[in-house]
Amino acid sequence: MPPTIQVTDLRKAYGELVAVDGVSFEVQTGEFFGILGPNGAGKTTTLEMMEGLRQPDAGQVTLFGEKPWPRNPKLLPRIGVQLQASAFFERLTAREQIRTFASLYGVSAKKADEWLDRVGLSDMAGKRNEDLSGGQQQRLSIACALAHEPDLVFLDEPTSGLDPQARRNLWDVLRDINSQGRTVVLTTHYLDEAESLCDRVAIMDHGRILESGPPAALVRDLDAPTRISVETGTMALDAARGLVEGVEVEDDGVSLTFATRTPAPVLSALAERDALRGLSVRGATLEDVFLHLTGREYRA
Amino acid sequence: MTGLLSLSAAMARGFFRDRTALFFTILFPLMFLIIFGALLNSPGSSKTEVVQIGSIAALDNLPADAKQQLSDVLEVVRVDDRAAALQQVRDGDVAAALEQQGDRVIVHFSAADQVKAATVHGIMQALVQQGNLAAAGVTKPALTLTSQQVEDESLKAIQYMTPGLLGWAIASGATFGAALTLVSWRQKKILRRLRLSPVPLVSVIGARVSVSVMIALVQSAVFVGVALLPMFGLQLSDQWYAFIPLMIVGTLAFLSIGLLAGAAAKTSEAASAIANLIVLPMAFLSGAFFPLDNAPKWLQQISDLLPLKHLVSSMQDVMVRGEGFTATLPAIGILAGFSIVVSGIAALLFKWDDA
Repeated sequence: MPPTIQVTDLRKAYGELVAVDGVSFEVQTGEFFGILGPNGAGKTTTLEMMEGLRQPDAGQVTLFGEKPWPRNPKLLPRIGVQLQASAFFERLTAREQIRTFASLYGVSAKKADEWLDRVGLSDMAGKRNEDLSGGQQQRLSIACALAHEPDLVFLDEPTSGLDPQARRNLWDVLRDINSQGRTVVLTTHYLDEAESLCDRVAIMDHGRILESGPPAALVRDLDAPTRISVETGTMALDAARGLVEGVEVEDDGVSLTFATRTPAPVLSALAERDALRGLSVRGATLEDVFLHLTGREYRA
Repeated sequence: MTGLLSLSAAMARGFFRDRTALFFTILFPLMFLIIFGALLNSPGSSKTEVVQIGSIAALDNLPADAKQQLSDVLEVVRVDDRAAALQQVRDGDVAAALEQQGDRVIVHFSAADQVKAATVHGIMQALVQQGNLAAAGVTKPALTLTSQQVEDESLKAIQYMTPGLLGWAIASGATFGAALTLVSWRQKKILRRLRLSPVPLVSVIGARVSVSVMIALVQSAVFVGVALLPMFGLQLSDQWYAFIPLMIVGTLAFLSIGLLAGAAAKTSEAASAIANLIVLPMAFLSGAFFPLDNAPKWLQQISDLLPLKHLVSSMQDVMVRGEGFTATLPAIGILAGFSIVVSGIAALLFKWDDA
């Protein structure tokens, strides 16, 4: 069986601007795959070429072994797409929106209403989409993308603009559909989201994939120091510097922080001195990997 | 098929919940009908007012039926103050002042309104002649004149205006509906979303066509219903319902114009400007608002190239001029051909996405 998605040396330029510059990857059936990258990295263009919305300049995309471009009616019922802009019919209620989209796939109104319930919008069913909050619109658009229960789901920044509760609710929905064996591809700005949801991520910048793999493996490979903090004043800065050989120590007035790749001796030395007040141990995260790869400078 | 139905339902709901669209598609043209109907139909507006100073035998001795006939065109008010009567003529309040001095009947008129003055002059001339003939003992004149209107005798402005304004309403409803749906669906990424669903493009266009035809039917029902009210007094010909196929194919023709405008325009503002630029001048040039019979020949030739001209004049034929369904066939052919060519061009320019 071919992989669910196979992308080979994909390229796309808009005039002078090279948006996607030789991207290759595979996504296996049932995988949860994330594409990360700063704004303008080429994530959305890559996603749109996979969905069959844009024609690649070079390279190839296949979904279930089929080409999505030109518009391929055989593939369309098997994929679900949530667009970055919430594309809704004007002046229809939430219930009417999802029923309309569902019927395009031959899905019953009852099934559509169930999906409204799954994303927690049953109470809002009679409201027009203009009257829904940003988060509610976002959830509705995801329900509209999932109502026909596609084998492959594309989500473009699905949780942007959601409050923390709504994000957690949506994560549960996404984990749930993934656990039913559906393949999910998402782009996101939130690295904690990618770390928590994705089996594998690809970090993109300037139209290329810089690194890809399971989030935990990427973090491990970064080999970043662990940061151990205790409350300032727990011990004197000089004493701290002399605590364990070769450990960087900083005091910012709130926390006294030790940065080390071997945390055990530091922790036991702190424990011996009973200097664990306000202890926190923080390993590297996907965000550190991301910033390490794409740089820290701000890009408009 | 379910795609076509659910998209039509979504589009129809969107339309009927849009108060602005409802106003411009249905109430706005109806307002024109009511205003024009009231202006042009008010009784007496075509009568000429004159004042009569003292007694005039030719007028006073008219038999009752002749007096009745005369009162259809002339409204005669009798006064005794000669100076005041002449002042009224000078002021333009009345068309003329009439008086008899001995055997002379005098018409005082103002050069300011020569047309009305000529009308009064002509009528008085005829009355004087009649008086002369009677005096000469001629009771059976050698020649008599009978005039008859070619149209239905009840031809009033409403007869002309109802099909004309309805044609214009249908044309602008279909053009704007198609252009704005296409552009706003593209801008709001609904077209993109539909492209990612298995619904065929034919169903998307088909939904727009069925909703527009439905709207045209509503427009026709409301329009004809209002015009039939006694205060407007529209009288329909026997085969008035033959305008229905005509109206449907007319809707298609203007939908295709709208689809073309929608395919070419990037924003709703541009789409509505293009649609306005096409429909409004066309309405004037096609005789939708007033007859073109007196227009210069070159203008009439231009109007023969416009689809609205064929729609309106053919609708007048069957709705008020008493012609049958077969009379509409040439117009149906022209409008159908127009629709095919223009929607073909629109299909070539069609884009799912603006990027």
